[in-house]
Amino acid sequence: MNAVASVVRTVEATPWVMPTLDYTLLAPILIVLGAGVVSVLFEAFLPRSARRPAQLTLVFVSLVAALIAVINLQGSRATAGQGALAIDGPGLILQGTVVVIAILGALLMAERGLDPSGDAFAARASSLPGSEDERQFTARGYFQTEIWAFFLFAVGGMMLFPVANDLLMMFVALEVMSLPLYLLAGMARRRRLLSQEAALKYFVLGAFSSAFFLYGAALLYGFSGSISFPEIATALSSKTGETGLVLVAIGLVVAGLLFKIGAVPFHQWVPDVYQGAPTPVTGFMAAAVKVAAFGALLRLLYVALGGMRWDWTPMLWVIAALTMLVGAILALTQTDMKRMIAYSSIAQAGFILVGVIAASPAGLAGAIFYVIAYSFTTIGVFAIISMVRDNNNGEATHLSKWAGLGRTSPFIASLFAIFMLALAGIPLTSGFIGKFSVFTAAISAGETWLVIVAVVASLIAAFFYMRVVVLMFFSEPTEATATVEIPSVFTTIALAAGATVTVLLGIFPQPLLDLILNAGVFIR
Amino acid sequence: MNSFPWLTVLGLVPLVGSIVVALLPKSRPALAKQLAFAISLVVLGLVVVIALQFNGSASEPFQFVEFHDWIPAFGVTYSLGVDGIGLVLIALSAVLVPITILAGWNDVEEPNAESVGSVKGYFALILALETLMIGVFAATDVFLFYVFFEAMLIPIYFMIGRYGGAQRSYAAMKFLIYSLLGGLFMLAAMIGLFVASAKITGQGTFNWFALVGLNIDPTTQKFLFLGFFFAFAIKAPLWPFHTWLPDAAGASKPGTAVLLLGVLDKVGTFGMLRYCLPIFPAASDFYAPFIIALAVIGIFYGAFVALGQNDLKRLFAYSSMSHFGFIILGIFVFTSVGISGSTVYMIAHGLSTAALFLTAGFLMQRHKGSSLLSDYSGVNKPAPVLAGFFLFAALASLALPGLVSFVGEFMVLLGTFQRYMWVGGIATLGIVITAAYVLRVYQKSMTGPVGSGLEDIKDLNGREITALVPIVLLTIFLGLYPAPVLNVVNPAVDTVMTVIGATNPEPTVGLSSTTSKGAQQ
Repeated sequence: MNAVASVVRTVEATPWVMPTLDYTLLAPILIVLGAGVVSVLFEAFLPRSARRPAQLTLVFVSLVAALIAVINLQGSRATAGQGALAIDGPGLILQGTVVVIAILGALLMAERGLDPSGDAFAARASSLPGSEDERQFTARGYFQTEIWAFFLFAVGGMMLFPVANDLLMMFVALEVMSLPLYLLAGMARRRRLLSQEAALKYFVLGAFSSAFFLYGAALLYGFSGSISFPEIATALSSKTGETGLVLVAIGLVVAGLLFKIGAVPFHQWVPDVYQGAPTPVTGFMAAAVKVAAFGALLRLLYVALGGMRWDWTPMLWVIAALTMLVGAILALTQTDMKRMIAYSSIAQAGFILVGVIAASPAGLAGAIFYVIAYSFTTIGVFAIISMVRDNNNGEATHLSKWAGLGRTSPFIASLFAIFMLALAGIPLTSGFIGKFSVFTAAISAGETWLVIVAVVASLIAAFFYMRVVVLMFFSEPTEATATVEIPSVFTTIALAAGATVTVLLGIFPQPLLDLILNAGVFIR
Repeated sequence: MNSFPWLTVLGLVPLVGSIVVALLPKSRPALAKQLAFAISLVVLGLVVVIALQFNGSASEPFQFVEFHDWIPAFGVTYSLGVDGIGLVLIALSAVLVPITILAGWNDVEEPNAESVGSVKGYFALILALETLMIGVFAATDVFLFYVFFEAMLIPIYFMIGRYGGAQRSYAAMKFLIYSLLGGLFMLAAMIGLFVASAKITGQGTFNWFALVGLNIDPTTQKFLFLGFFFAFAIKAPLWPFHTWLPDAAGASKPGTAVLLLGVLDKVGTFGMLRYCLPIFPAASDFYAPFIIALAVIGIFYGAFVALGQNDLKRLFAYSSMSHFGFIILGIFVFTSVGISGSTVYMIAHGLSTAALFLTAGFLMQRHKGSSLLSDYSGVNKPAPVLAGFFLFAALASLALPGLVSFVGEFMVLLGTFQRYMWVGGIATLGIVITAAYVLRVYQKSMTGPVGSGLEDIKDLNGREITALVPIVLLTIFLGLYPAPVLNVVNPAVDTVMTVIGATNPEPTVGLSSTTSKGAQQ
């Protein structure tokens, strides 16, 4: 009787109020997701000929608007959506990076000057590979413009991911980001079976990891009675004795995110997807997913699980060491450029994890700097991969076809060499400053041995990066040597941006470092 | 003292030149060469101007100091300055670059079956390398030094890999991986140093002046020292970290080899002197016996292997390794004479190596590019001038009294005797083997009956003689009158000695007497 009365009284005492959503704080995300909806409508109502210009205009206008909105929010430090999202300095920097990378990725995807039969995407993804339908669609010059709707939703998810401040919002962001990417990965115009296989693998393993995340989230909720990161942190610090199941929960949640990052042992999908997906999608995904997922991982670890750092650092220590070494060693044996870059991206994820493990403001700043530098370099790398074509106008991804490229196309080969040097972490490139900042953070935090592992992995990695340089510059061109197609202005801009940022951040990193350091830490 | 940024300008001139040369049209290879040569002469002129302004007796050893913030977030500054040691090494680089360009005038042809690089590319790389060499000797910020130290690998990597001989690709990769191995451990140690300085002063720094005398605790010093020393030992190269050098030298063009052994390897010994000793005095003291042992092994190992080599370029590489043993020995005996001697030895070795590689290069070019000693005999009959220069280079290498290499070697041994008489005694025996292999090479290739195919090879032409004469003159001049070098080097060595807290053992050899002793030889 009493209990019922108290419930009734509670309900009466808290009348339903409209949740405050803080639309200004959400503006960047809403612009992109809204544009995604409009993009679907374009597909439904516009005549075929008008779709591409309309979609491209929509994509670029909305992304630029989102970027302006992000810049406009500079200095904000508040939660939005009743605490579900945290709009703070690091979150905004990561959002801004995602938008800029998305713009560059969209430029790559919009390219139509490289493949004589059109763009990088299948004429109709629904047609069976090798079927009569496919041949006809291609002959008629059909293009898919649905990719832009997928693309915008994926970008929206990526922008949500690093600012998600509770487990449910993080899961939603994860799915909104991933589902369109699974589809985009399966839409390659050439080598379609490989592409579809990649998409399926990506989807199945991705669904697996989502389940991990969800299960871990449920356990964490069971422990703390809340899905909000700050409240989980409070619960973890007040109930210190009951950590048994919490460790399992942390392991599951973190594994879900490590999958997106491509850390060992959750890396198996990376080479297949990187190789099979259309190159512009690979470039966009490789760059932007890393930014978004590292943002999410950092927020989860630093805000919700910050009090448990002594429990998760050993786990991440092992994962970081394995990721660096396995990525670097397996990359040595690759003969396909896209697969090699895929393994390289695994190794790079390991280096970023070194910064994450530092669990300090310096580690946060270092990891953010590294992932930003890495994402721009990656866009440049894939821009060039999409330009290097073999005799059939397909992408010449086999390493042997790059032999002597330094003689036939010295400029593009030099740019690619700069990207390789940056990924190898040679001074005067952004990659060096990135490595330097995460290593400094880790040594300051006492993780000297991990840095020594990282140093060894860097050396192994340098070997395969430089092997590409050897191929391009020290070998004679052969019959099979690829030619570099001249791209349209789209890819050119993306490539120029990637190269400029890679070099500039190597020589003058201070402005970006200032920006990151002034952004402070995550809001709690 | 001087607000004009001399060192920055000095570094920028070859960099700008390199870009301009690289942008020249491919159809004008001759113009690329002329321009590169002109720029290297301008740099040499600038170095002379700087050297004339350098005040050897100033109380502050570092001059032409520049200081700007670069990456304040990491305590990194763009700070330059030279002491006497840095100055003479910059001067050595500036002297060797135009000589290399002149000597290598026709070494590179447009891409063909043998090489894949263009003519202008080679000369652009030499100029880019010169910028980095100047930077590495002028940096007074550890981070800045590291940036130059690592960036330097890239041009030389391309110079070996694109323009070298049969094994170029393998040799370039081996060189790069060895160097990166050392470099990455140095990176870790450098970050460790930054963190250690942050613990002591509260504000991490890479500034050399702030790091010297920081009194890092000895255990930390020992670890950090190893990281730095490892990188320098690979670079120098010290036995047993040397295996990249013969391959790299063997696969290089003579000009590349001159810059590689003559200047780049000096960065290793310079680094020990500039960074290992002053920043980690306790660790230097701790490791000195081991390093001296390795240096002595290197002296003999290099000399014995050189004795058995049939490939001229590899032979000179091993001979260099032996010489580097002396240089490192001189540094780690912690006596003024030894350290001054090492610096003089660096100069001497740069000059004698250049003379050896370039004359051998001229010879090989005349005989189908063969670098095998067994392919040559009796060259002094068809080409007496070439043989004469080769003899001079050989004598410079074995440290004939009256030549600058003798001054260096004598001072190193004298310094060693002061501290460790036995080590000095053993090291002296190395000279004997040096004489043996050097004279063996001369005897086999230049004397005796004229070998087949060598009967009508042409003697050196005007350009080749012009390239060699400055080396000969400098070797003789500094051998008879080393004071110009010693006067600027000694104050810097004094500073090093003070910083590491070492005193010269009795009987004390004062600096003034050292100078006059050097002058007498």
